[in-house]
Amino acid sequence: MPDSNSRKIPHFVAPVDEVPVLEVDAVRLKDKKSNLWLDAWRDMRVRPMFWISLVIIIVVIAMALFPTLFTQVDPRSCQLALSNKPPETGHPLGFTKQGCDIYSRIVHGTSTSLSVGLIVVTMTFLMGTVMGALSGYFGGKIDTVISRVGDIFFSIPYILAAIVVMSVMSAHRNVFVISLAIGAFAWPVTARILRAEVFRVKNADFVMASESLGLTKFKTLVKHVLPNSIAPVIVVTTLSLSSAIVAEAVLSFLGVGLPPAEFMSWGNDISAAQSDLRNAPQTLIYPSAALTITVLGFIMLGEVVRDALDPKARARR
Amino acid sequence: MLRYVLFRLLQVIPVFIGTTLLIYFMVFAMPGDPVLAMFGDKTPNPAQLERLRAQYHLDQPFLVQYFYYIKGVLVGDFGTSFSGQPVGEVLARTFPVTMKLAIIAIAIEFVLAVVIGLFSGIRKGKLFDNVNLIIALIMLSLPIFVIAFIAQYFFAIKLGWFRTTVGSGAPLQDLLLPGIVLGISLYATSMRLTRASVIDTLNQDFVRTAYSKGLSRGRVVPVHVLRNSLIPTITNTATDFGALMVGATVTEGIFNVPGVGNTLYQAIIRGENATVVSFVTVMVVVYLVVNLVVDLLYAVLDPRIRYA
Repeated sequence: MPDSNSRKIPHFVAPVDEVPVLEVDAVRLKDKKSNLWLDAWRDMRVRPMFWISLVIIIVVIAMALFPTLFTQVDPRSCQLALSNKPPETGHPLGFTKQGCDIYSRIVHGTSTSLSVGLIVVTMTFLMGTVMGALSGYFGGKIDTVISRVGDIFFSIPYILAAIVVMSVMSAHRNVFVISLAIGAFAWPVTARILRAEVFRVKNADFVMASESLGLTKFKTLVKHVLPNSIAPVIVVTTLSLSSAIVAEAVLSFLGVGLPPAEFMSWGNDISAAQSDLRNAPQTLIYPSAALTITVLGFIMLGEVVRDALDPKARARR
Repeated sequence: MLRYVLFRLLQVIPVFIGTTLLIYFMVFAMPGDPVLAMFGDKTPNPAQLERLRAQYHLDQPFLVQYFYYIKGVLVGDFGTSFSGQPVGEVLARTFPVTMKLAIIAIAIEFVLAVVIGLFSGIRKGKLFDNVNLIIALIMLSLPIFVIAFIAQYFFAIKLGWFRTTVGSGAPLQDLLLPGIVLGISLYATSMRLTRASVIDTLNQDFVRTAYSKGLSRGRVVPVHVLRNSLIPTITNTATDFGALMVGATVTEGIFNVPGVGNTLYQAIIRGENATVVSFVTVMVVVYLVVNLVVDLLYAVLDPRIRYA
């Protein structure tokens, strides 16, 4: 793609006598300090989408950490007599097929979704950053090896890969294993993005200055190159949080996720309710709504972060 | 062109070996004895076990087993599923259905993406654009099975426009609802790519030139802007097509579409781990081949790619 920014430079000569040259170049000390992150924050805080997503995320985190604040009903005390019954006082969303309180199960299932999402994202961030930085900065053989290995993981559709891992690990399905199954095949995306960015940054003058001042290559990478190339990684990481949450739900829905007897998960509840779509749609709709709203919160956050950190995306707004 | 084709073919070989090796290694590490499992409850005598192990090369080291597997794949022998049917035969039966479904879904995705993306891009920041962005975000947040259930509930159960599940022989009108569901679940990403690309193209010099030489908007927008904005959309739709060819496991499962994805779904539900893995291996190979073909077609369409 041609660089559209270079085309926008006006092709005329400024009338020099209007503003003294020194003043044009002068650093205005009175102005507010600014850098990429401060700019991003100033951009985000005026957007309603940011605050809406923040409210959703805070509620979700609170539900995951302190479920008893939201409901006193035990999600595991189920009476078959109440199977698929409509809402009553104390049970605002009604009951599942097993006669469990839907609202309570949703609240207690939050931590599963959120922890899988966070573990996956942490894993892909660390793995992708290390791999991307090494291959981008050192190039050569390291780059070839890492990029080809990344290609292999990248070529397997991640849901298929996760299905295989979960089938292999059928005896040990837990939150870490499912996160590993999703994250192991997601890191090449992060690595590729960082690699391209490091390639761009590493030829900058400040990198040469840092090396000339005697910093080792590794220190230069960590102190100067990484901080200047991490922004797109932050963007893709925020956006991938929502995909990780969806992936957990899809795997649980397919029956290769977390075992329903031990873990409360929205995916499991949706899966259990699918046969009752005709006569008790509420048992399916409420957990689906909880999942959708959570994902929406994280997607909106990702959008806002992207717009704030990527000037090209900002221009298209 | 020939150089590009050779280059791309050479590039796919290590990836092919790597992916199959990776999956095969995971199967190798799978707990349980596949030969014992073949006998179910019966206790076989050790000689029988030995013979079967030798027949399936299970007494050989990992890399030799892998070599035998690849040899089989290259001559079209993909192994046998749990119920005794050859995986290759099952795929040959289910693949055409998946292909039909994928084409319906991709057509819907592409039309939605181009039409909505174009109007959104032209009217950037206006009401249509903003409403459309909110809808796209909601569509992106709806997991595929939620869209599928909502569609099934309203259009099949409440309104009765479609049958809830696909009937035998998978007639086209039954594939329409799952196709729409897949198309809607995919369009948002492509639509936003179109929009972004249209906005970038509108700022290009050649668009200004087209307007300044007196062309009407009705000519500039479809001919100059749209045609030059479609590459990201086509790339993304093609990638989606590759993913759909290996079966939309969830959607095909929910609508009981007799396709590749549903076969996998049924195998998962029945807990046939070995079948699941052999299907996935074949699907990954199909996925690699489809992506390769798409890439090559792409080089035919866009000369910049093959000379880059």
